[in-house]
Amino acid sequence: MNKMQKALHELSEMDELAARQSPIHSLHPAAKLITTIVYILITLSFDKYDLSGLVPMVLWPVIMFQVSGVDVHTCFYKLRIVLPLVMAVGLFNPFFDKEIMVTIGGVGISGGVISMITLMLKGVFCLMMSFLLMATTKIDSLCAALRKLHVPAMLVSLLQLTYRYVGVMTEELAVMTEAYSLRAPGQKGIHVSAWGSFLGQLLLRSMDRAQELFSSMMLRGYHEHFHYADIRPFNIKDALFMGLCIAFFFLLRYADIAQLIGGLFVR
Amino acid sequence: MIEFQNVSFAYEKKEYVLHDMSFRIEKGESVGLIGANGAGKSTIMKLLLGLLQGEGKILIDGIEVKKDTLGEIRAKLGFVLQNSDNQMFMPTVYEDMIFGPLNYGLSREVVDQRVDEVLKRLDLEYLKHRYNHKISGGEKRMGAIATILAMEPQAILMDEPTSALDPFNRRLVINTIRELDQTKLIASHDLDMILDTCDRVILISGGRIAADGPAKEILSNKDLLEANRMELPLSMMGKK
Ligand SMILES: Nc1ncnc2c1ncn2[C@@H]1O[C@H](COP(=O)(O)OP(=O)(O)O)[C@@H](O)[C@H]1O
Ligand SMILES: [Mg+2]
Repeated sequence: MNKMQKALHELSEMDELAARQSPIHSLHPAAKLITTIVYILITLSFDKYDLSGLVPMVLWPVIMFQVSGVDVHTCFYKLRIVLPLVMAVGLFNPFFDKEIMVTIGGVGISGGVISMITLMLKGVFCLMMSFLLMATTKIDSLCAALRKLHVPAMLVSLLQLTYRYVGVMTEELAVMTEAYSLRAPGQKGIHVSAWGSFLGQLLLRSMDRAQELFSSMMLRGYHEHFHYADIRPFNIKDALFMGLCIAFFFLLRYADIAQLIGGLFVR
Repeated sequence: MIEFQNVSFAYEKKEYVLHDMSFRIEKGESVGLIGANGAGKSTIMKLLLGLLQGEGKILIDGIEVKKDTLGEIRAKLGFVLQNSDNQMFMPTVYEDMIFGPLNYGLSREVVDQRVDEVLKRLDLEYLKHRYNHKISGGEKRMGAIATILAMEPQAILMDEPTSALDPFNRRLVINTIRELDQTKLIASHDLDMILDTCDRVILISGGRIAADGPAKEILSNKDLLEANRMELPLSMMGKK
C-alpha cells in the first residue's frame, strides 16, 4: 500500500469506529454534538496564561476515551498529520513575550512559553473531542441531528458531501501519486515543476467523480431529508448526559480545580 | 416504456455528440446499447435519467423527462453506474441498500424485508454488513446491482456492467442480469455479454443509430461491426 492508500483506508475506518457499540455511541447525536461544541467553546475561553486552569479540562476527553472504548493511540495516530499544524500556532509566542512569569527551581519561564503551551493544549483538547465525536457518531446521523436542530439543509448537505468528497479526492490522489512514482523511480514525493498540473488534474478528476457520486445519490431520491439515517427521539438519558457534561465543564472552568486538589494534599 | 423522439445533445455548444436520435423500447424488452468508446452510450443513459438535458423529447412510461417529473421518472428507473465506487457511497452494503427506498418514503420494516429478499435472491447474504471499502471489485459490482434492485425499479439501466471484472465475476453478473425480469437497457462493448443477456441491439456510432434489430442478427454481422470499430463476439466466430 502506498502512503495515500493508507490514509484513505484510515478515513474509511472512521465509519467502522462510529458503528461500534458503547454507552457513548448510543447517545443521541445532537446531545454529543452540543456537548462537544460547548466543550470547545469553554476550552477556548481560558485566558492565554491560564495554564493551570486549562490542564484539568483533559479530564473530559480521558473519561470519554474510557467509556466509549475508543483507543487513545488510534486517535493520536490518525491525527498525526493535523496535530503538528495545530500545535504550530503558538510557536512564535516565546519570541514576542519574554517577560518572566513564574520561576521553577530557579529557572524563569516567560509568559510566551506559558501562552504557547496553553495554545497547544487548547488545540490538542479540541481536536481530541472532535475526533471522539466523529469516532462515536455516524456522519449521516450527525447530519440528521443537525437538520433536527434547524441548521439549514444547504449547510448540512455541504458537510455531508465534503466528508464524502475528501474520500474521493484521497482516492484519486492515491491513483495519481502511484502513476507518478512509477514514472519517476527513486524520486521522493512529487517534483515542484509538476505540482501545478498535478493539482489541476487532481481537482478535475475528483470533481468528475464527486459529480457522479452526487448523481448516484440524486437518482436514489436524495433530497436533504436524511430519512435513511438512524435517528431516534431525544430521550431523558440524552438530556441527562448533556446537562451533566455541561455542568461538569463549567465546574472545570470556574472552580479552581488545581487548588482544590492541591488543598486536599496540603491540609 | 422508453422512448426517444428526435433527441440531439451537445456537451459544448454546437458540438453535437447525439444527432436526431429516435427509438422505442417496450416494456419487458432487454436491449443492448453497443458502440465503440465515445459513441454516446453513456450520454444516452444520462439523458434518460434527466442528468443531462438535450433537444427533442424523451418519454418514460408516457411521462416526459423534465425538471418537475424527475422524482417520478427516477423512481421508475434503476441505474447501475459504470464505476461502482461512485455508486456505493455509504459505509456498508446494507446502508447503501436502504438509502434509496427510505428516501422514497418506505418504512424501515418494508425496506429491511426487501433488502433481505434481494440479498437472498442474489445469494449475497454474506455481504450485508460488510464495509464497502473492504470488499472486492466484483462484490462491489454485485452490491451495486443489489442496491438498485432494492428500489424495485420498473426498468434497469446499466453502463458497462462487466467492465473491470475477472471472468468469474463477469459470469456472475451476466447470470444475474439474465434472471432480472424488468425492462433492461445495457450499454457495453462486451458483445459476448450483450449476446448472452439481450434480445435486441441498438448499435450507436458517432452519435447516430447505425443499426437496430435482433441481437443475433446484428452481432453476427462481421462487416457491420467492423465498420463501427467492433469485433464479432467470440461465440459467433466459429459460426457462418
Ligand atoms: N462531460 C463531458 N464533456 C464534454 N464532452 C463529453 C463529456 N462526456 C462525454 N463527452 C463526449 O461525448 C461523446 C460521447 O461520450 P460517451 O457518451 O461517454 O460515450 P460512450 O459511453 O459510448 O463511451 C464522446 O465524444 C465524449 O468525448
Ligand atoms: Mg460510457
